[in-house]
Amino acid sequence: MQAVTQATLEFVKQYWAPLVCGLVIVGVLPLIVGYVVLVERKIMADMQARLGPMRVGPHGLLQPIADAVKLLIKEDIIPEDADKLVFWLAPVLSVAAALLAIAGLAIGPAFQIAKDVNIGILFVVGVSAMGIFGIVLGGWASNSHYSLIGALRSSAQLVSYETAAGMALVCGLLFAGSLNITSIVQAQYDQGVWFGLLAPVAFFTYLVASIAETNRAPFDLPEAESELVAGYMTEFSGFRWSLYFLAEYTNMIVVASVATTLFLGGWLRPFPRTTWLSFIDFFPPLLMVGIGVYCLMRTPKQPVRVQQTFMLAVAGLCFAVALVLVAPMLVPAVKPLHDGILGAFWFIFKVSLYIYFFMWLRFTLPRYRFDQLMRLGWHFLIPLSIINVLLIGIAMIVGTYFHLQGWSLLLTTSPASIIALIIALFILATEQKSEPQKSSAAPDSYA
Amino acid sequence: MADEPKEKQPSPVPAGDKPASSPAAIPPPKPAAAAPTGVTPPRPAVPVPPKPPVQLQTPLNNELVGRIRAKFGPVLVEAIEDRKQAILTVECGKLAEVAQYLRDEEKFDLLSDLTAVDWPKREKRLDVVLNLYSFAKNERLRVKARAADGEQVPSVAGVWPTANWLEREAFDMFGIVFTGHPNLTRILLPDEWQGYPLRKDYDIIEQDTSWVKDNLGIESGQ
Amino acid sequence: MAMDTTTDSRDKQQTLLGADELVLNMGPQHPSTHGVLRVKLKLDGERVIGSECMIGYLHRGVEKIAEHRTYQQFAPYVDRMDYVAAVSNGLGYCEAIEKLLMVEAPPRAKVIRTILTELQRIASHLLWLGTHALDIGALTPLFYCFREREEILKIFEKYCGARLTTHAFRIGGLQYDAYDTLEKDVERFCKAFEPRIKDYEDLLTQNRIWLGRTKGVGILTAADAIALGATGPVLRASGVKWDIRKAMPYAAYDQYKFEIPVGSTGDTYDRYMVRMEEMRQSRLICLQAIENIPTGPILAKVGKVLKPPPGEVYHAIEAPKGELGYYVISDGTVQPYRVRIRPPSFVNLQAFDKMARGHLVADVVAIIGTLDIVLGEVDR
Repeated sequence: MQAVTQATLEFVKQYWAPLVCGLVIVGVLPLIVGYVVLVERKIMADMQARLGPMRVGPHGLLQPIADAVKLLIKEDIIPEDADKLVFWLAPVLSVAAALLAIAGLAIGPAFQIAKDVNIGILFVVGVSAMGIFGIVLGGWASNSHYSLIGALRSSAQLVSYETAAGMALVCGLLFAGSLNITSIVQAQYDQGVWFGLLAPVAFFTYLVASIAETNRAPFDLPEAESELVAGYMTEFSGFRWSLYFLAEYTNMIVVASVATTLFLGGWLRPFPRTTWLSFIDFFPPLLMVGIGVYCLMRTPKQPVRVQQTFMLAVAGLCFAVALVLVAPMLVPAVKPLHDGILGAFWFIFKVSLYIYFFMWLRFTLPRYRFDQLMRLGWHFLIPLSIINVLLIGIAMIVGTYFHLQGWSLLLTTSPASIIALIIALFILATEQKSEPQKSSAAPDSYA
Repeated sequence: MADEPKEKQPSPVPAGDKPASSPAAIPPPKPAAAAPTGVTPPRPAVPVPPKPPVQLQTPLNNELVGRIRAKFGPVLVEAIEDRKQAILTVECGKLAEVAQYLRDEEKFDLLSDLTAVDWPKREKRLDVVLNLYSFAKNERLRVKARAADGEQVPSVAGVWPTANWLEREAFDMFGIVFTGHPNLTRILLPDEWQGYPLRKDYDIIEQDTSWVKDNLGIESGQ
Repeated sequence: MAMDTTTDSRDKQQTLLGADELVLNMGPQHPSTHGVLRVKLKLDGERVIGSECMIGYLHRGVEKIAEHRTYQQFAPYVDRMDYVAAVSNGLGYCEAIEKLLMVEAPPRAKVIRTILTELQRIASHLLWLGTHALDIGALTPLFYCFREREEILKIFEKYCGARLTTHAFRIGGLQYDAYDTLEKDVERFCKAFEPRIKDYEDLLTQNRIWLGRTKGVGILTAADAIALGATGPVLRASGVKWDIRKAMPYAAYDQYKFEIPVGSTGDTYDRYMVRMEEMRQSRLICLQAIENIPTGPILAKVGKVLKPPPGEVYHAIEAPKGELGYYVISDGTVQPYRVRIRPPSFVNLQAFDKMARGHLVADVVAIIGTLDIVLGEVDR
């Protein structure tokens, strides 16, 4: 007994920081997700010539909280014929996997919960892929045809696209030579170039595959609203439904973070080793100041005093953040925090852009059909990613032979990428040609 | 009903044989055409006697009618024109054959509409009405068949697949039984519905009372 | 007994369903059945091997109601059938009764009727485009379409006070004369509308996913379309150049120049293209019509009590969805003896089974969307 207590104390003593961070993540992430949803709705509204949520709080800024409250107090419905235990377990599984994956991520050099996991990226990818169990089990347990079809689609989709995504990751890992997240970013710093530029095809493949993995439009077939009502979520409501929702958006953050880490230089600023471009370090505070000034300019135009006050508050917040960002560069006392603060900014900035791209696609494109989605996956993305891995490997061997480093590696990798793309397109074309014409003629059509 | 003279006109030649005499006799001999002068319009079948003596329904006698008469003889009960719209009345039992002929030979390839009308005071109370259109001639034609209650009307769903649902609707609303229809079930009303709502003697109050009694177990306030 | 055969055939159908097939019930509450359509799909995996449309959830017995109303009293009811194209319904009904009365609307009334009906066609097609795109997963066009549709509804509101169920016309002509700035409003809308159509096309026409989702989906050959009685854009997309506005002109259509767009293969993409082009043509008709609206009376002399002489008439117009026919029988009293409405949506929906077989569930919603049905009209 004594020993156990001792061990626990030791454990807590050693890992108190990650434990606290984990609790904070679990506590804060739903809020972040809520605001991601709000931002998505606002962006959608902007693209669709309307205003979006405007009622709850100024410019609808309290909408996520209102939504959360609504979802929590909603009646909890479990269908009569559902498998109760699995029905209960499924959303929990989904959200647990998504949250667990966050642990492996590094937001800036200073902030990582599970520090220096030597299989870092593998852990993140593997754990987040577990979320599919939540979807499949939820679809099966609901005992509804729509849910079942949604779950089937989801599993097929994940299996197909996980392959392509994995192959794309391998490409990045070839350059990094390590699975550890810090080492991957460090490798990009050493090379002085993002791996996304060295292997653009791999980045593209991962981009597409990650959209499909997170079930986002145009690959949102598992929950295709117009076809399957809500797919695997049809029978879920209230809190369970919101767990699925949380999982989906957390997954978005996870895949965006993985892509950022591996292909977009993680927390590094653009051109990390080009010293004459160091003024880019001033971009973050300037951006925040810009937003603050814009808010100030808009303040007099707000119709209600509450909104004016609110705009002022937002502006003040922006200025404060700008101050925090600029402090390490100007005040010697806080100099050591420089990398951590700016790194976190760059990381979040890149992740936001990646997620914005997801949203942009969602509002622009129609939805793929299931067979088209599968064809895109198996006939194009998977061959493309495999060929790409092979050719990038060859390119790297050639690169080492000629002692190419950093930007000069582009000399060998870009031809490799282009050749991979051409071969994949060729395969796609031949397969489309050889595919027999589907005859959809039904025998007794008028019956 | 008083205005049923047409029923008797073609009866002298009952058996629908197509005699050889017909081709030569296209223009002159029309059993129905013999009637025009003395005949009251066939349409108004209501207690109110047709007031104005305006003759809106005039006998129709064009080439199409001639050809049909030549082919089918007495099956064509009547051919009139009302407000410049051609209306043929054919014998109910031969409806499908006439329809086939009209589609294949006369190129009335679109069945615009198929419906029915109820004339409760008539001996054969139901009219099946087909509105045809010919793309080739840009011309409409209305074909009617009179059927008694419960009489079987040959389905034209084999001629125009459109008729499938339209006949189901006619069955649903009027209770006309179309023989040879692939799936003659109610279409707009629930399967267990009683009665045929578009008949003139359909009583909605009675329906309501019985429904309320059966389903709610209380007296209807209607 | 009729009912017995009915139940028999139902049972037979049900036993036909083997254990390996999945029966999916779509609707009557489903996001993309456009109202209360219920479709029973027999699926093999996700492939449709059979379908059955179950309609009637919105049946209001309009035809029965007509027999208990006077001719004028019934006019507002027809607006409620195809409630996204109420003006067209009204036009068909008024013209049918005018034919029965053997009167003709004055030229001014005819031209104003034409303008409003063509605006309504654009509005109806816009609603179709938005919902159809939404069914296929494109969220954004819906809002653009509603933005433009709103402008049309504002014109209706200015003209007659109602936006949706307008009851814009009266038997014999119009009740209200055109308001002062009608021409200007229509012109402004038409001018603004041209680039907007281009916006929609930019989002969809060349989009690879859109092409993949619509090309070759729900093919209806010309022969099938005619056999199944499909009319309107559905028929024209199959390559049959038939439009009642040209074939049997009514209102003032014989005065204006316009093209009838036709498709070639009769797939969903062709129907999309046909309707897009129809919007452009309607816009052109509106522009021609406002140039020269004749002056004069707006209502023919029909009297307050309508007692059409006994007889019957069938009058069809080209509604946005297809041939909208009214078959009216008069017995000389103030109430019609029978009003039969030939609904385009009802007949077009019959082609659904033919179009959906062999396709996937995702295509089913595309096909329902492309048929452009309104359940208020299917069920009446």
